[in-house]
Amino acid sequence: MIIVANKEEMPIIREQDVIPFRNRVKDYAVKAGMSILNQTKLITAASELVRNLLKYGGGGRVKIEAVTSGREVGVRLTFEDKGPGIKDIDLAMRDGYSTGRSMGLGLPGTKRLVNVFDIKSELGMGTTVTIIKWKNG
Amino acid sequence: MRIFARQKLTQYFIMQNSTLNLLKSRQNDILKLWLDKQSFSTGSFENFSDSNEENESREFIETFIHSLSHSGAADLNSPGFDKVNDVITGISISRGKRGYSPRETGVYLFTFKESIFEVLNESLTDSDLLYAESQEISRILDNMTILTFEAFMKGREDVILRQTDEISEISTPVIKVWDGIVALPIIGTLDSARTQVVMENLLLQIVETESSIAILDISGVPAVDSLVAQHLIKTVSATRLMGAECIISGIRPEIAQTVVHLGIDLSNIITKATLASALQTAFLMLQLEVRKKGNISNIHG
Amino acid sequence: MDKIPILKMGDFLLITIQVDLYDQLAENLESDLVNAVNKFKSKGVLIDISAVSIIDSFMGRILGNIAIMSKIMDAQTVVVGMQPAVAITLVELGLPLNGVISALNVEKGMELLRKKIYNGYNPEQDYDHSSE
Repeated sequence: MIIVANKEEMPIIREQDVIPFRNRVKDYAVKAGMSILNQTKLITAASELVRNLLKYGGGGRVKIEAVTSGREVGVRLTFEDKGPGIKDIDLAMRDGYSTGRSMGLGLPGTKRLVNVFDIKSELGMGTTVTIIKWKNG
Repeated sequence: MRIFARQKLTQYFIMQNSTLNLLKSRQNDILKLWLDKQSFSTGSFENFSDSNEENESREFIETFIHSLSHSGAADLNSPGFDKVNDVITGISISRGKRGYSPRETGVYLFTFKESIFEVLNESLTDSDLLYAESQEISRILDNMTILTFEAFMKGREDVILRQTDEISEISTPVIKVWDGIVALPIIGTLDSARTQVVMENLLLQIVETESSIAILDISGVPAVDSLVAQHLIKTVSATRLMGAECIISGIRPEIAQTVVHLGIDLSNIITKATLASALQTAFLMLQLEVRKKGNISNIHG
Repeated sequence: MDKIPILKMGDFLLITIQVDLYDQLAENLESDLVNAVNKFKSKGVLIDISAVSIIDSFMGRILGNIAIMSKIMDAQTVVVGMQPAVAITLVELGLPLNGVISALNVEKGMELLRKKIYNGYNPEQDYDHSSE
């Protein structure tokens, strides 16, 4: 069961919104007590997903939450857009890692950086991506 | 008062108020009986005036009887039992730290049960009622005994977790073997969690010692499968990204076979059979030479 | 408009990235660099990323672009000072950073450039520390 300790929402409309967003994520990560490595992974994943939001989703908003579950503490990010949606999620999540190609959406790589990765998308309706990084994840 | 047969788990006998009042009024008798039994069962015949033990037991009885009165003694998961469950869990952990075995703490509760039964037996004449009340108390206290075991095990798990962390720390030492060369003997299985620790340690040390070559010795890694190979490849890639090179040594013949059979591609990685030959290669790469003093011929490593 | 300063060090150019790169800044950097390489006929480019704590695919692409652009203009690029956490994250992310050569710090980076440029250049052995 996930309990939300603190949360806020940021609209992501233009490219200038990316850096302030990343800094905010860092604040939450530091407050959660994450190591530098885990902070880096979380912020990098957030950066990938927020750029996708802008590039493919036409902008949207992100929810940043400080969460706890049992003995774990962490940060949860929810990226929501009302864009065209992803046609084939399975394909987008297919691991292109071994071929060394950088995927358009970068989703499989991003998934490896976090502990929980959830994506919901409907064509013509939009996409919602939720990730959680635990302090000790 | 109807007595329900124990067919459905959800139907429990509700203890009579009279019984609850009886327990409340004879609380001190129960406590005395219990303390006597405790000193007897632990083999110590000292007068149990050790205030710690006595206060602990006293607090437990009070909380227990209080819970019974207020929870209706029905559902063991009801919040009415939270307080007494906390108390017994605390007692179990504290006793565990004081060196009591889980059996001893279990017996602790069994003797409590006996004490209550004795008092009930003295006062309740209706044998059917006596049976029902005793069964109910038994059910509650047995559940609590399970809680004490669980608390004890959890304490043990915490110790194991802490020790696992310590072992991880110890078993990935990064050793500077020469100016610009570090060696990392990996001992034990290389899972993904461990790989992260290894990579972090190694890369930080490379920065600190300003080394250009890292030798990863895997002769202490029991099995190398595709996953382990992947972890090794990741470590090599990360090292290269930072501008250093990685040599993997300690490749046993079985590993070479497994790697080929699994179709793992190690062609991009420098591999050596022993740490010694890896060191030799490192010297070569750094254009270093080892020579015997006062001798014309060169001896390389 | 923000610009990232480019320092001339003999035959080499040194860029120190200390701020987060956003689109406009990155574009400016690419064009400024190409122009500088051309102007000074530089043989090598050092990009110091020791102050960069996050490298995502966007930033990775910029670094890759700079490497390729420089190579076309006959200059070698070396990226120096990557933070360990960044290296580990990049590997996990699966960003190959092809065509980018790394060194531990500016000193070693210059050493590497000198070896490559003046002691014979072998394009096949990007990570080779011995040029003999």
